[in-house]
Amino acid sequence: MGEFRVHRVRFFNYVPSGIRCVAYNNQSNRLAVSRTDGTVEIYNLSANYFQEKFFPGHESRTTEALCWAKGQRLFSAGLNGEIIEYDLQALNIKYSMDAFGGPIWSMTASPSGSQLLIGCEDGSVKLFQITSDKIQFERNFDRQKSRILSLSWHPSGTHIAAGSIDYISVFDVKSGSATHKMIVDRRYMGVSKRKCIIWGVTFLSDGTVISVDSAGKVQFWDSATGTLVKSHLIANADVQSIAVSDQEDSFVVGTAEGTVFHFQLVSVTSNSNEKQWVRTKPFQHHTHDVRAVAHSPTALISGGTDTHLVIRPLMEKVEVKNYDAALRKITFPHRRLISCSKKRHLLLFQFAHHLELWRLGSTVATGKNGDILPLSKNADHLLQLKTKGPENIICSSISPCGSWIACSTASRFFLYRLSYERDSISLQRVPKMPAFLRSALQILFSEDSTKLFVASNQGSLHIIQLSEGCFKHLHTFQPQSETVEAMCLLAVSPDGNWLAASGTSAGVRIYGLKELKPHCTVPAYNFPVTALGIAPNTNNLVIAHSDQQVFEYSIPDKQYTEWSRAIQKQGFHHLWLQRDTPITHISFHPKRPMHILLHDAYMFCIIDKSLPLPNDKTLLYNPLSLTNESDVIRRRTAHAFKISKKYKPLLFMELLDERTLVAVERPLDDIIAQLPPPIKKKKFGT
Amino acid sequence: MAALEEEFTLSGVPLSAGPDGLLGVEPSDRTDQFLVTHSGRTVILYKVSDQKPLGSWSVKQGQIITCPAVCNFQTGEYIVVHDDRVLRIWNNEDVNLDKVFKATLSAEVCRIHSVQGTEPLVLFKKGAIRGLEALLAEPQQKIETVISDEEIIKWTKIFMVFKHPVLIFITEKHGNYFAYVQMFNSRILSKYTLLPGQEEKSAIQSFAASANRKFISLMSLSSDGCIYETLIPTHPSDREKNQVVVRSLLLKAVVSGDVRNGVALSVLDQDHIAVLGTPLSASKECLSIWNIKFQTLQASKDLLQGTSGQLWYYGENLFMLHGKFLTVIPYKCEVSSLAGALGKLKHSYEPGSHAVPHFVNWETSQEYGLGSQNSEQSRILRTRKVEVSLQPAVSASAQLLLTIKNDTEKHIEVELRKFLAIKQTPEFHTTIGDIVTGLLGRCKAEPSFYPRNCLMQLIQTHVLSYSLCPGLMEVALEKTDVQILQLCLQQFPDIPESVTCACLKIFLSIDDDSLQETDISTESVFDYSDTVRDEKMEEQTEIMENGFNPEEDNSNKEKPQGTTEETTLSPVTPKRAALLRNAVLHSAYSEAFLLPHLKNIPAQHVTLFLQYLYFLYLKCSENATMTLPGIQPPTLNQIMDWICLLLDANFTVVVMIPEAKRLLINLYKFVKAQISVYSELNKIEVSFRELQKLNQEKNNTELYSIEVLELF
Repeated sequence: MGEFRVHRVRFFNYVPSGIRCVAYNNQSNRLAVSRTDGTVEIYNLSANYFQEKFFPGHESRTTEALCWAKGQRLFSAGLNGEIIEYDLQALNIKYSMDAFGGPIWSMTASPSGSQLLIGCEDGSVKLFQITSDKIQFERNFDRQKSRILSLSWHPSGTHIAAGSIDYISVFDVKSGSATHKMIVDRRYMGVSKRKCIIWGVTFLSDGTVISVDSAGKVQFWDSATGTLVKSHLIANADVQSIAVSDQEDSFVVGTAEGTVFHFQLVSVTSNSNEKQWVRTKPFQHHTHDVRAVAHSPTALISGGTDTHLVIRPLMEKVEVKNYDAALRKITFPHRRLISCSKKRHLLLFQFAHHLELWRLGSTVATGKNGDILPLSKNADHLLQLKTKGPENIICSSISPCGSWIACSTASRFFLYRLSYERDSISLQRVPKMPAFLRSALQILFSEDSTKLFVASNQGSLHIIQLSEGCFKHLHTFQPQSETVEAMCLLAVSPDGNWLAASGTSAGVRIYGLKELKPHCTVPAYNFPVTALGIAPNTNNLVIAHSDQQVFEYSIPDKQYTEWSRAIQKQGFHHLWLQRDTPITHISFHPKRPMHILLHDAYMFCIIDKSLPLPNDKTLLYNPLSLTNESDVIRRRTAHAFKISKKYKPLLFMELLDERTLVAVERPLDDIIAQLPPPIKKKKFGT
Repeated sequence: MAALEEEFTLSGVPLSAGPDGLLGVEPSDRTDQFLVTHSGRTVILYKVSDQKPLGSWSVKQGQIITCPAVCNFQTGEYIVVHDDRVLRIWNNEDVNLDKVFKATLSAEVCRIHSVQGTEPLVLFKKGAIRGLEALLAEPQQKIETVISDEEIIKWTKIFMVFKHPVLIFITEKHGNYFAYVQMFNSRILSKYTLLPGQEEKSAIQSFAASANRKFISLMSLSSDGCIYETLIPTHPSDREKNQVVVRSLLLKAVVSGDVRNGVALSVLDQDHIAVLGTPLSASKECLSIWNIKFQTLQASKDLLQGTSGQLWYYGENLFMLHGKFLTVIPYKCEVSSLAGALGKLKHSYEPGSHAVPHFVNWETSQEYGLGSQNSEQSRILRTRKVEVSLQPAVSASAQLLLTIKNDTEKHIEVELRKFLAIKQTPEFHTTIGDIVTGLLGRCKAEPSFYPRNCLMQLIQTHVLSYSLCPGLMEVALEKTDVQILQLCLQQFPDIPESVTCACLKIFLSIDDDSLQETDISTESVFDYSDTVRDEKMEEQTEIMENGFNPEEDNSNKEKPQGTTEETTLSPVTPKRAALLRNAVLHSAYSEAFLLPHLKNIPAQHVTLFLQYLYFLYLKCSENATMTLPGIQPPTLNQIMDWICLLLDANFTVVVMIPEAKRLLINLYKFVKAQISVYSELNKIEVSFRELQKLNQEKNNTELYSIEVLELF
């Protein structure tokens, strides 16, 4: 295959935000995750846990609660006192509404899904009616003394339980008055703590209320009598989250020590009907606080300060023992945060509120496989671009020539012109952006850096002509159907004739750029697209899907290529299909049209279409021992997938030229080092 | 409770039974179908559940059937003898008996016996016995005379004992009775003279018999109305001599002596017999079920129309001639016992007992194919030895099980060694389990039987587990066989805590002398004489390991001489140490289940064990790796866990014992020392982590590098 010089970059100082809430939607098998910076992500658990949508964060919008209601409508509430509904089609915020109760700590949808209940800082519990396009305040419940940190409806919808500080209240929904007040023991292992915060409550249909609190207890209360039934002391620190399964036969709690405990309702003896809650399994997949847990029918889902989203399948619920039964740990976003200027060897890093531009170093030395070459010039941090305002950056891009940088937040679009003069660099913002360029979901420059393609969240695609410091709006492709679906991925052919765009669910659309009109649509596929790329010369569009399938579609011929048909016929190698991170980038070798480079977080692969395809019996990942074998054996065992797992976690990989690769890694240890220290646990004498 | 169910008659047509009634009722190869032979010319095949005949065959006018028809279970054919010498063999398809296979024999036939699992046997009137196949090969062969001239065969019966037929027949000569037992596995005919008991002064009217592994229990109903029992060994000790067996009274005055039609007796199961006759108090004939164990009448049924004094019992049905009809009375007996009533009945299922019950077991013969297959197999086993090797392990284990049941310990041991030498088969462990169960079953039955060496060999096959042979450790505990217990504890992965604790109790309580006699492997226990006795050195290491300052704990320095002595000398003998160390400390347990049992150990023993554990701990802390010398030593954690468990269970008791005081003080000091060590460690943990971080940073590659990568 050949030898490459790899720029191994580890200075992308990216730290994901901690997870604050998770909400599982049983109907669509989707998971909404909110992070401490206000970002909300939607994961499609049916599509190989692909993060298919995201809503950018906002500095003032810390979400404290997230819930699905009325089928598939998503609401969040936060400390700014607002309730927000998200538009899952256009990927923006539908509206936000002040609840007038101070910071909101908790929110829950009624079992029917038609009402929303929030718990506020001032001790009020407010009931909202969900109308077809908005929410409407209905009434207040009896105000409590202190903030309402957790809420839960009784499955029949007649009562609610509200966790506050030091006590739990049970309300009658009809009258709105508290029927019981259950005081929680403040003491923790004999020592009286200042306060006992009820971090989570769950109301079961038999009237049992389960509470988790800051004293490390999981307690079972009888809501009819207001008495404590049972208490489990499970942690030396706070128990911060609880989620119960729909069948009410198991629930999960997360503690500040990073442990997740599974409780199950099991028979006391093997054939008796008497059942009791038993703590069955502890899981320690987190190092920090587990702030949020969810219970899907087949898995326990947890997330917390350590930024990992962990999906732990319950083995007894998994019917087929395939790779889906494996533990998933999702740390990095399933989208690109990095773009690169091949010509000038520049890397643009996207952070929540700023961009960083780095120039790669160089070397004159040569070496053999595995050598680290001495640097003649180190990498330079050229500039840091801070966006004004509280909004997070949605997307960013640098032109291949390196003289343009574009980025967008939810309300503003920025375009900068860079000029290089020897070692110095000057930056100039292009003023007066047109009104239609307000917010972009994806930005792409053409290969010759003369055109800018912007995918807006209204489903339209804007084409802008760039020339020496000024720009001109060329055309806008309006969405074809009435359904407004945002385009998230773009790819342009190197010759500048074709543009491919893909949304979150529908197929890939291809536009002709010469005649400026839609060319065709690639047949729809069940799984969302994770990456797109158009090959030079042949104009073959390569599409990667979240189920790890890769298709090659010839744009001029409007059909799948022979190679794509061949690999679909034979099927991908089972190990290829078992990878658990999506392909996030596809690029091509400028001189070798047969090669496709693609990568996910744990490997990169160069597919050589001229070589035979591997079947399930061949080794997919070439073991190192083979490198010592003779050329004959090597040639005999060679197959189309050349895979390297050397760089991981891999956030970005691109071919700079024929013999040079750039790989951006983000080691997990570096992320952990930047997190606040976890709760100290005694190592000795335990 | 035994109970008689509602009777029903088999045929609406009155039977032309003569004054002597029927010749016989015999089972056929299908469940529920019976061959009824009239004492005339007819054989009828009945299906009992349908209460109707399936077929009827008659001999020619002038001929007379002299012997009840039987079914050959191996071929499904029927056999009958008419005119004493003519043998007829036919099957269901044949219509006319005249046209079926015929063989004329050279001597008069008394009976043909046929049971599942063997070929039919022909008993001649002069006592000779022939297998049917051998006889048919040469029908005119000479038949020898076995019994004397004036002896007349009165009653015969066949049993299967250990898969081999045993035929018993009773002869009478001038009022004296003789029993002949023909064993077919050894071809031995033994003769016994039946002597009446002291109180018995009457003629025998009817016989019945059942057989178990050792004895044939022959029951006789005498004219005084009492039932007497005679035990005849199935394995005669002396073959030559004419032996004498004595009848003993089993059941008193069941029926009145003088009956018109005679009485009949049938054994239903090991506890129940059926008696047909006229009870003392009544004048009507009646069928009664007696429990011989409790000597009670369980059920009775009046038979007003009179009987022929004949009674047959097959499966769950009693057959008799009631009036002019063949009547069937189903009989049910559910096992009941006091234990059962209290819910404590343990179903003792012995996988080894394959002995065919004394009646044809319809449960097994229900599937005819299977039954015949079995018989086929046994026939092959007996006749063609070459083919036996096809299934060596199965048959070898069956053979061994047989041996276990009645051979001497020595013999079993030899057999077992042979068996174990054979290559292991997939079901090896279940076979071993069966063998152990067989051995234990015999142990329980015979208190003197204790095949220790065999058990040892079996345990050392490494395939046994507690659940496979739960009785083994119980027996060993009973016999206080510490060696077996040690082996079990080492080998079995699944010993319940109660048994572990019982073993522990025995190990602690057994006196040294008896321990000295046993052969316990002490290889894992290190030699105590080797341990360094340098007190100074020891003191130092101890301080180091405990990690506290001598200044902090001055009492440690003023350690009396005795304490040092204690630490260097084991409080128990090496053999006991071996038992405790490797057997008990290594065994798996769950705290919650072990604790209640530990409470039952006497205080002295707890102290002794604690002392030993403390000694082990001190030995552990002598070296830097905190391990004990020897093969597979218990780990420090195991020792500590046991100390904690023992103290948890018995603290209130131990704290009162003066001898344990010093031990407790030592343990207290030890815990205190540990706590101080750990608190110190916790204090410097942060420094450790910083060091670790520094170390990591050093390993970390640069933030930026250019590398060469070759892809293949």
